[in-house]
Formats: sequence, C-alpha cells, structure tokens
Amino acid sequence: MKPADDIIITTHDVTKVYQLGAEQVHALRGISLDVRRGEYLSILGPSGSGKSTFFNMVGGLDRPSAGSVSVDGCNLQELNQKQLAWIRCHKMGYIFQSFNLIQTMTAVENVALPRIFAGESPAKARAAAAEILDLVGLGHRLTHLPAQVSGGQQQRIAIARALVNRPGIVLADEPTGNLDLHTGEEIIQLLADMKKQLGITVITATHDMKMLSASDTVVWIKDGRADRIARKGEFEVAIGTIDGKTLA
Amino acid sequence: MNAEQTMTNTVIPEQRQVSWAVSFQVSWAGIRRRFFRSLITMSGVVLAIAFLTYMQVMNDIVRALVRADDAVLNVLLQQAGVDIYAGDAPDRMMVLLIVLSLLACLVGIINSMLMSVTERIKEIGTLKCLGALDGFIVRSYFIESSVQGVAGTVLGCLIGLAVAIGVATTNYHGYIAANLPVLSIVRSLTTSLITGTLLSVMAAILPAYIAARKQPVDAMRVEE
Ligand SMILES: Nc1ncnc2c1ncn2[C@@H]1O[C@H](COP(=O)(O)OP(=O)(O)O)[C@@H](O)[C@H]1O
Ligand SMILES: [Mg+2]
Repeated sequence: MKPADDIIITTHDVTKVYQLGAEQVHALRGISLDVRRGEYLSILGPSGSGKSTFFNMVGGLDRPSAGSVSVDGCNLQELNQKQLAWIRCHKMGYIFQSFNLIQTMTAVENVALPRIFAGESPAKARAAAAEILDLVGLGHRLTHLPAQVSGGQQQRIAIARALVNRPGIVLADEPTGNLDLHTGEEIIQLLADMKKQLGITVITATHDMKMLSASDTVVWIKDGRADRIARKGEFEVAIGTIDGKTLA
Repeated sequence: MNAEQTMTNTVIPEQRQVSWAVSFQVSWAGIRRRFFRSLITMSGVVLAIAFLTYMQVMNDIVRALVRADDAVLNVLLQQAGVDIYAGDAPDRMMVLLIVLSLLACLVGIINSMLMSVTERIKEIGTLKCLGALDGFIVRSYFIESSVQGVAGTVLGCLIGLAVAIGVATTNYHGYIAANLPVLSIVRSLTTSLITGTLLSVMAAILPAYIAARKQPVDAMRVEE
C-alpha cells in the first residue's frame, strides 16, 4: 500500500495496554491519524490521557499492543531492533521534557552523538554539531556542560541534537514542561523556525494550550482516544481557552 | 536535505556498530568528568591489589634473604618471625586472606557499577533514542570498568611495592639493596597487574548486560 506522498506518518488503530500487576491500563484505545509531511502537529490532552504513550509509538520507542504505525510507508512493526535503531538515528529527532542531555558531556559533545552513532568520525561530528548549535543561537556555549547553562539553553542544545542528523521528523514530548512561559514560547518559536528552514515535520505533545500558536494541526486526546482533530483555521487560540473552552 | 527523501519501497538498513576506538573516545568524557566517583569505585581495587602486591613482594624479599644465608641476617629474620628452615611452603592463612580480599573487591566493583546503571537508566535510554545499539552500551561499561581497573591496579601495585620495600628496609636494613630479587618482584607485579585487570573486566559483565537491556522508552522516565 503506497501512501499519498504528502503523508509522512500514518497510525492505524494504535492500541496500548500496560499490564500493572493484575490490572490492565488501557493507555491508548485505538488512534488512527495521518500526519502531513512538513506540518507542525500538536497533541493536546490532560495529564494521563496517553500523549506520551502515543509519542513513544509514533517515535518507534515502544511497540503498540495492536494496530500499526507507518513512517514514510514503512511499517515499524516489521523492522528488527537494528533497523529501528537506524530509523531513530537517521529519521527521527527526539526532544524531552527534562532535556535528557548527557550530563558529563559538553554541548558540542552531546549534539555530536547522533552523527557518531550514524558512523561519522568524532572530529567531523563535532564540527557539524558546532554548526547546528550556532543555528539555534548557542554558538558561544559549545564547551559548556549542561549544568552550566539555563533550562532554555539546555532545551536548545537538545533541539540541536535532535536536528543534527537532519531527520525528517522531530518529536517533542512536553518540550516546554520544565520551562517558564516566556522561555517556553521561545522554544516553540525555535521549533517553528526550524520546521520552516529545514522542512521537517514536528510533532509535539502538550497539555498547555498556550503552546499551540505554531501548530498547523491540533489533535485532542482524551482517555486514549483522538477526540477531535482540527487543521489550522479550524481552531482559535486565545489566552487560557481554545475555541472558547477551557481544557479540563 | 534528508527531509525530502522518502523511504517508500526502500529497505531500511540496519544501524551499524561504531568502532572500539570511537566508543572509547565517547566514553572517555564520562570517565574523566566522573573522576571522583571513579576514585571511590577504584579504591577497592587499589586496596586489594596493594595487599596482594605487598604479600607477594614481601615473600620474594624474605626468600631472597633466606637464600643469602648470612649469620647476622638470619638473626634479623628470626626476630621478624620468619621460619628460616620452613622452605617455600605458602602460608595458607595468607592465601585465604588474599583470595577473600580479591573477592570483596570484585563484589565491590560489581555493586558500584550496578548502582551506576540504576542512576543512568535515563541516560542509557536517551543514547538508544539517538541511535546507540546494545553493543555500544555494553562496550562503554567494559571500557569504563577496564580504565578504572587498570588505573586502580597500577596504583595498588605501586603502593604495595613501596610499603613492602619500606617495611623490609626497616627490618633488614642494608641487606635489602644487596639481595633485592628484582626478577621475582617483576614477576609478582605482573601477576598483580593481570589479576587486577581481569577482576575489573569480569566485574563489568553483569552490569554491562543489564545496562544494555534498558529500552529507548526509559529515556522518558520522570524520576531523577
Ligand atoms: N509504563 C507504564 N506502565 C503502566 N502504566 C503506564 C505506563 N506508562 C503510562 N501508563 C499509564 O498510561 C496512561 C497514559 O499515560 P501517558 O501516556 O504518560 O499520559 P500523558 O503523557 O498524556 O500524561 C496513564 O494512565 C498512565 O498511568
Ligand atoms: Mg506525558
């Protein structure tokens, strides 16, 4: 089955059940979604609604209990561990709520990692890392350790690291969750700029509707289901509310 | 730019392992910046190897002195509690002590490396998200343990040697310089070096495989 060329990710009835002792947690109850190439898609939902679980499935970090995820027409379930590692390294960039920088490595060493794993020599990888750090505005912080820069700067380093292999897709789970409002908006703006400059597809999960301004598409998730999908122009963002509703 | 490429109908390649040399370069940053933490892990190796080296070197020296068979020296030896007629029979108690100290050292390294796996679950998950293979994780634990082990062993050898020569000099004065059994001391140091290095590499096996089993989703853990 050949997907339409403008669809980069397709999820079909993605279900995830966690077994917690005797109890089953239905984190995802069947999500079907098409992500368009080059769009900025936000997944919105209250805490515990299944955003991170969905993020893990789409990013090839975990396998669904049922259903399928296709990236560029390739079903992730059919890949072995090493192929999945290749996809993670070359096709996806991940950004996390708590930045997840390697604390013992400098900014440039952190950003060089994906290129090293892709097979490039450390010296070349660091040169490429320095270039992209400059692009996200941290050219003057190359040899700083994560603990020596602010939270916003740490997230910029993480964004540089996610972009350094020029992936087609960047996934960000609550990228502003550990940042104050102003810094958070700057990070969203940076992601939107990078999307425009590099032509990447951005998928973010958030429970904060103030972070939706850059979105082309918003997917509301509730209790593991896609409750509503709205394209740009079909929703309005106002402070504190969306379409006049406040989020539970 | 890659973003425009599609993977449709193309076979996804398998991620390739990075070389040992590159793995070493990447691990080195961590080893260097966790130096004090490493010192604590190393201290067990240093002490056990210093003890092993001391016992061996002291034994080498005493045997050389007994062989010298000098009247004044024999009195000194007997004053120090050496049975000069006993020949080469190894002291069972001492062998037991050495083995126990090496075992304690092994368990100590395994324990502290397991702790560092627990501390670094999130980091391991993150590395896997960035494209690291299980093999890279295994290697980095072996590299870290070996570097610490070799450094600790060398230090332990030096300390053990220095203490043995110091003690022997106080007991037997000038006779040491005349009868120093250089060859057997070198042999003893080699034994210590090999023992310490093997110990550290062995200690890394279990922690390395536990670390490699961590999954990319572990990067998402909230606790720190
Ligand atoms: N590893 C897990 N084991 C068991 N339950 C989990 C696990 N991860 C998430 N859950 C549960 O799945 C549901 C969705 O969680 P999550 O995807 O983290 O939501 P969100 O990111 O929207 O806050 C929650 O009820 C959560 O408790
Ligand atoms: Mg979450």
